[in-house]
Amino acid sequence: MSDAIGTMPNPANAIEPPLLEVEDLQTSFIVGEGQDVRAVDGVSFVVKAGETLAIVGESGSGKSVTSLSIMRLLPKKIGRISRGRVRLRGEDLVTLSEQEMRAVRGNDIGMIFQEPMTSLNPVHTIGTQIAEVVIQHEKLGKKQAHQRAIEMLELVGIPEPVRRANQYPHEMSGGMRQRAMIAMALSCEPSVLIADEPTTALDVTIQAQILDLMRNLQAKMGMAIVFITHDLGVVAEMADRVVVMYAGQVVETGTVAEIFTKPLMPYTSGLMQSIPRMGQSDVKSRLQTIPGYVPLLTKLPGGCRFRTRCAFAEERCAKAEPPLEVLDSGRSVRCVRWRELDLKTKATA
Amino acid sequence: MTETSFPSRPAPNDALLDVRHLKKYFPIRGGVLSRVVTNVKAVDDVSFSIRRGEVVGLVGESGSGKTTVGRTILRLGEPTSGSIDFDGADIGKLSKSAMRRYRKRMQIVFQDPYASLNPREKIRTVLGHALAVHNIGTSADREDRIVAMLEQVGLSGDYLDRFPHEFSGGQRQRIGIARALAVEPDFIVADEPVSALDVSIQAQVVNLLEDLKDKFSLTMLFIAHDLAVVEHICDRVIVMYLGRIMEIAPTRTLYRNPNHPYTKALLSAVPSPDITARKDRIILKGDIPSPINPPSGCVFRTRCPIAIADCAKIVPVPVEVSPGHFSACIRTAPQPAYGQIAAQEMP
Repeated sequence: MSDAIGTMPNPANAIEPPLLEVEDLQTSFIVGEGQDVRAVDGVSFVVKAGETLAIVGESGSGKSVTSLSIMRLLPKKIGRISRGRVRLRGEDLVTLSEQEMRAVRGNDIGMIFQEPMTSLNPVHTIGTQIAEVVIQHEKLGKKQAHQRAIEMLELVGIPEPVRRANQYPHEMSGGMRQRAMIAMALSCEPSVLIADEPTTALDVTIQAQILDLMRNLQAKMGMAIVFITHDLGVVAEMADRVVVMYAGQVVETGTVAEIFTKPLMPYTSGLMQSIPRMGQSDVKSRLQTIPGYVPLLTKLPGGCRFRTRCAFAEERCAKAEPPLEVLDSGRSVRCVRWRELDLKTKATA
Repeated sequence: MTETSFPSRPAPNDALLDVRHLKKYFPIRGGVLSRVVTNVKAVDDVSFSIRRGEVVGLVGESGSGKTTVGRTILRLGEPTSGSIDFDGADIGKLSKSAMRRYRKRMQIVFQDPYASLNPREKIRTVLGHALAVHNIGTSADREDRIVAMLEQVGLSGDYLDRFPHEFSGGQRQRIGIARALAVEPDFIVADEPVSALDVSIQAQVVNLLEDLKDKFSLTMLFIAHDLAVVEHICDRVIVMYLGRIMEIAPTRTLYRNPNHPYTKALLSAVPSPDITARKDRIILKGDIPSPINPPSGCVFRTRCPIAIADCAKIVPVPVEVSPGHFSACIRTAPQPAYGQIAAQEMP
């Protein structure tokens, strides 16, 4: 099995299909009369068993829509998968019926969101909600399911799990609710956990707890994690491999070491340079910036979508949209100039 | 009590803002008579000062009281007790009309550029209001001023007749900054001004704030939870936890050599984008306690890795551990008259 992400599967080499494979995914939203925007436009990547893949991007990059597409949780009527495949162990999820998909959610793929308060049901106790998930997917009685809920709460480090199981979401702190969300998502031992900005709403000391918990649970349970975030610090801490998205497309992929030490796409290096780093207070340098704004999906520039903000853009960047080029090492980059550029990661004077 | 227990008190005419023993309690009422049952001690005996031209960072997690400090010193909420000296006058006790004069000199930039601009008003009106309220310029030359201000924050004067929804988050934050600076203030409270912005936009706004600070010789209280941004922009940093100041130090000292166990944990919790420098993390247990019922003694002791029995009894006062570096911890910053002084009794 090659290490490549973004490549087509090669049946000759494939001993078994990858755990999760997103191939040429395109998700469209209706924005006005007869007008569609492609929030996700031809995204491909592979998630291997037990690994953590980070999808990083700014707002409007399509990272969250990608995860909602995998889960088939797009808002009905306005959002739809217009092209592509999402395969779980070779089985295409895009063509499943809603009922079949329901068996996949929670059971094979669990998901946690940024704001646990809006994704937990306020009128049911935490224990009931977790038990409900368990009953949906496994042949367990109410009592056994409740017992499983308590075990899960204990597993995610919630003190006094028996008492906490009888509490409502509003009785818990933000960090505690995120733990409960994780307990629920992992209650059927899914092989993939999709975590969409799971710590963005949390304080930094609580974030450290949750990241630590996710790492420990992954070591214990062996699930793959798709970690969606805009925080490069979190990516560096958590990810094995990274997918960088911009304006609905994958613009670069690689291992965390490759991306952080030798980015190939100007957008990636621009992001790296624009984040202030701790421990630099004696070097009072200005932050490097990426000029301009993320383009609206309805007003994308022709050619490379990043070119209007790119310091290295040339005439040819406007001519055609650069393809996502897959390198021998397995990483990939969407930039016609990557071979000639020597990009930096830090804003050193 | 000696002066040394006052955090970083500069010479009087050097300080633009001097806050002493500031308390802000929010009453919680209950029962049929709506009597005050208890208080949320959002800010509990906070003292600090800001020199002219200085940028002071105020960091802390949710519930630390950092936003309440910012709002109270601007008199956007009445202080429960304590003094707020602004340029030599105690504005904490001024009447609303007397306060007006000072409002022009003290402005705020809010976190959420979506919520802080009236969606029905064009940019011309948003900025025009700020000038009209403070009787700045004649209505004729206000437009010139507004255009000049927009250009200062990197926006085109052509945007005058646009509505807020026509702008991106970063552009809106620039408008919020333009509004604050339009009245030519001396002092700005920037309350999480870049937290809602995307990474690539955040750097633009941080640079803009630095430029404007130099250009208009502003003094700034920069409230944020992002410790890397604070390190980048601030001269000194105040660390708060549950309504109290844990540590104050010059930026470099605080990041290189933190004294307080909370500061150490906070700094170590920040995920680092530097993959070569993985560090040992101090992971604090549990949650931030409720400010309705804070722990006795040191408010941090319930999560502190080095707490001892005395921590429950003694309210630590800020002690100067190196020049300009104050820490309120009985373990790491030995108290002047150990065990006898409660912070509330300070003069």
